[in-house]
Amino acid sequence: MAHRSAAIEASGLEKSYGAVKVLRGVDLSVARGSVFALLGPNGAGKTTTVRILSTLTPPDAGRARVAGFDVITDRRHVRRAISLTGQYAAVDEMQTGEENLLMMGRLTRLGRTEARGRARELLERFDLTGAARRAVGTYSGGMRRRLDLAAGLVGHPEVIFLDEPTTGLDPRSRQAMWDVVKGLVTDGVTVFLTTQYLDEADQLADRIAVVDGGRVVAEGTPAELKERVAGRRLDLVLCDVAGYERAVRQLGVRLVWSDADRLTLGVATDGGAAHVRALLDEIDPERRAVDRFTVHSATLDDVFMALTGHTARGESRNATGESAAEGAKEAAGV
Amino acid sequence: MSDAIVLTGRTIRLTRRNLDAVLTAMLLPVMLMLVFVYFFGGAIHTGTEYVTYVVPGVMLLCAGFGSANTAVTVIHDMTGGIVDRFRSLDIGGTPILAGHVAASVLRNTVATAIVFGVAFLIGFRPHAGPFDWLAVAGILLMFILAISWLSACFGLIARSPEAAGGFTFLMMFLPYPSSAFVPIDTMPGWLHGFAEHQPVTPVIEALRGLLLDRPVGDSAWQALVWCGGILVVAAGASGALFRRRTA
Repeated sequence: MAHRSAAIEASGLEKSYGAVKVLRGVDLSVARGSVFALLGPNGAGKTTTVRILSTLTPPDAGRARVAGFDVITDRRHVRRAISLTGQYAAVDEMQTGEENLLMMGRLTRLGRTEARGRARELLERFDLTGAARRAVGTYSGGMRRRLDLAAGLVGHPEVIFLDEPTTGLDPRSRQAMWDVVKGLVTDGVTVFLTTQYLDEADQLADRIAVVDGGRVVAEGTPAELKERVAGRRLDLVLCDVAGYERAVRQLGVRLVWSDADRLTLGVATDGGAAHVRALLDEIDPERRAVDRFTVHSATLDDVFMALTGHTARGESRNATGESAAEGAKEAAGV
Repeated sequence: MSDAIVLTGRTIRLTRRNLDAVLTAMLLPVMLMLVFVYFFGGAIHTGTEYVTYVVPGVMLLCAGFGSANTAVTVIHDMTGGIVDRFRSLDIGGTPILAGHVAASVLRNTVATAIVFGVAFLIGFRPHAGPFDWLAVAGILLMFILAISWLSACFGLIARSPEAAGGFTFLMMFLPYPSSAFVPIDTMPGWLHGFAEHQPVTPVIEALRGLLLDRPVGDSAWQALVWCGGILVVAAGASGALFRRRTA
C-alpha cells in the first residue's frame, strides 16, 4: 500500500477524546527525505496527529504507516525508526546536557564509548559544548530546545517528529532552531513538524498541510499555498459609511476582514504596486472614498480566512503565540 | 532489564541533586525519633527502655515516608514530556517505574542505615544475632519495595504533585495507630481492631522481636505476606495504570 518513497502515509485518521472529535479523517503522504509541516491553530489536531504517527496514541479509525511500518500492528519497528521532540522539552533539568544525551544513548542501545562519542558530536553540532557540564535547569529556552532536539537524534532516527519546535522562543533562538532543522534534511532524514506560524512552515517545509477542526483543509508547496492565500493584505480606511458599505459590497467574498466601526477592511494582494493600484482603482474609481491604506504580510488568520472561510477561532496570531509561550513557561517551571 | 538499570541511574542522579528532598527524608525520621525518645519517652511505659521500643517504629516511619516519595518522582515524570520520549524509544512502563522503585530502594536503604546509626548513638542496644539482622534487613527491604511500588501506583493515579504528596502524608501517619510508638492496649478499644490488623503492625512486631531477641511468633510471616501481597498487587496494577495514563 505504501509507496517506496513515502516516509509517512496516513489515511482516514480519526480520534475523539470523550465527546470532542479531535481528528475527523486526516490523510497525509510525506516523501522520504523531505520536510513536511502541519500548519494550524491551537486545537486543530496537530499534536494528536503527531501522537498517532509516533505510536503514542492509537487512532479510533484509519491507518498509518511510518518508515514502512504500521503504527498499530508494528509499533515496535516504527519506534525504532523515529524520534519525537514534543512541545515541552523532554530533558531532565537536574541532569547536565551531557548526562541527558548519554542516557538517551544508553537507552537506544549504544555502548558506553559509542554513547559518549555520539553525545560529544551532538553537543558540538548544536553549539552546546560550552554548557555540556551544566545542569539543564540553567539553560535558556533556546538551548533547552536544541538539547531536546539533540536528544531525539542520538539513535539516528529515519523520521523525526517535531511538535511546535519554536513555540515560545525569542526571534533569535527561533532562527537558530530553523538553521538546525534545515541541517537535518541534509542527512537524508524525513522531518515532520507542526507549527502555528506561517513563516516557519514557509521557511522550513517542502510541503505544508493546513489543518483546521481535525481536517486537512489544504495541502501543497509553500508557493502553491501562498498563491491561493496571497502573501499580503491590503488594509483600507474609508472616508465615510456610504463608501465603506459600497466597498464591502463590491469586494464580496474577497473581503478578508472588516470593521464597520472603524470603517476599515482588508483584501488579499500580492503586495505588488500594480495589483495594489488596480485594487484601489476598482474600489475607489473617483479617488475620494479611501482615506488611507497599508500593506501587511498575511497572517495565519488570513490564510485561514482564505482557506476555510473563517478565522482561526478569533485568536490573532499574536495572541496564540503569547498563550503558547505562557504554556511553555508553565511547563518549564514544573 | 538494561533500560531499567539506565533509568535507575537516572533517578539516583536526580535524587542526589534534589538535596532538600534527601535531607527531609533523612532528617525527619531522626527528628521524630529524638522527639519521641527525649520528649514523650519519659511518659510512655513499655516495659523496656523506650529508645529500644521505639526504634523499629521509627525505622518503619522512615522507610514508609521515604518510599512514598516515589509517588512524587513518578508524577513528575508523568506530567513532563519525558515519558512520551521514553515510550517513543520503545521503553515500556515497567522499566520506567522499576527505575523509580529501584532508586527508591537504594535511597531508603541509606536513609534507614543513617537512622540506625543515630539510634545507636542515643542508646539503642539490640540483642540480635547475625541471622536476626539478616531477617531485619530482609523485612525492611520487602517493606520498602512494597511501599515504593504502591506509591508508584499513586503517582500514576494522582493528577498533580500535591495530590501525590498526599500519599506521603498517609504513609507518615499510618505507623501512629499501630504498636510503633505506644503499645496498642493503651489505645481506645474501637481502635484495637484497626491497629492490630493494619499492615504496619506485624512488620513492627517482627522487627522488634528480631532486634530484641524475643519470640517473633506469626508476625514475621504476616509481615512478609502483607508486603508480598502489596508488592504483587501494586506491581501488577501499575502496568494497567501506566497504559491508562498514557493512552
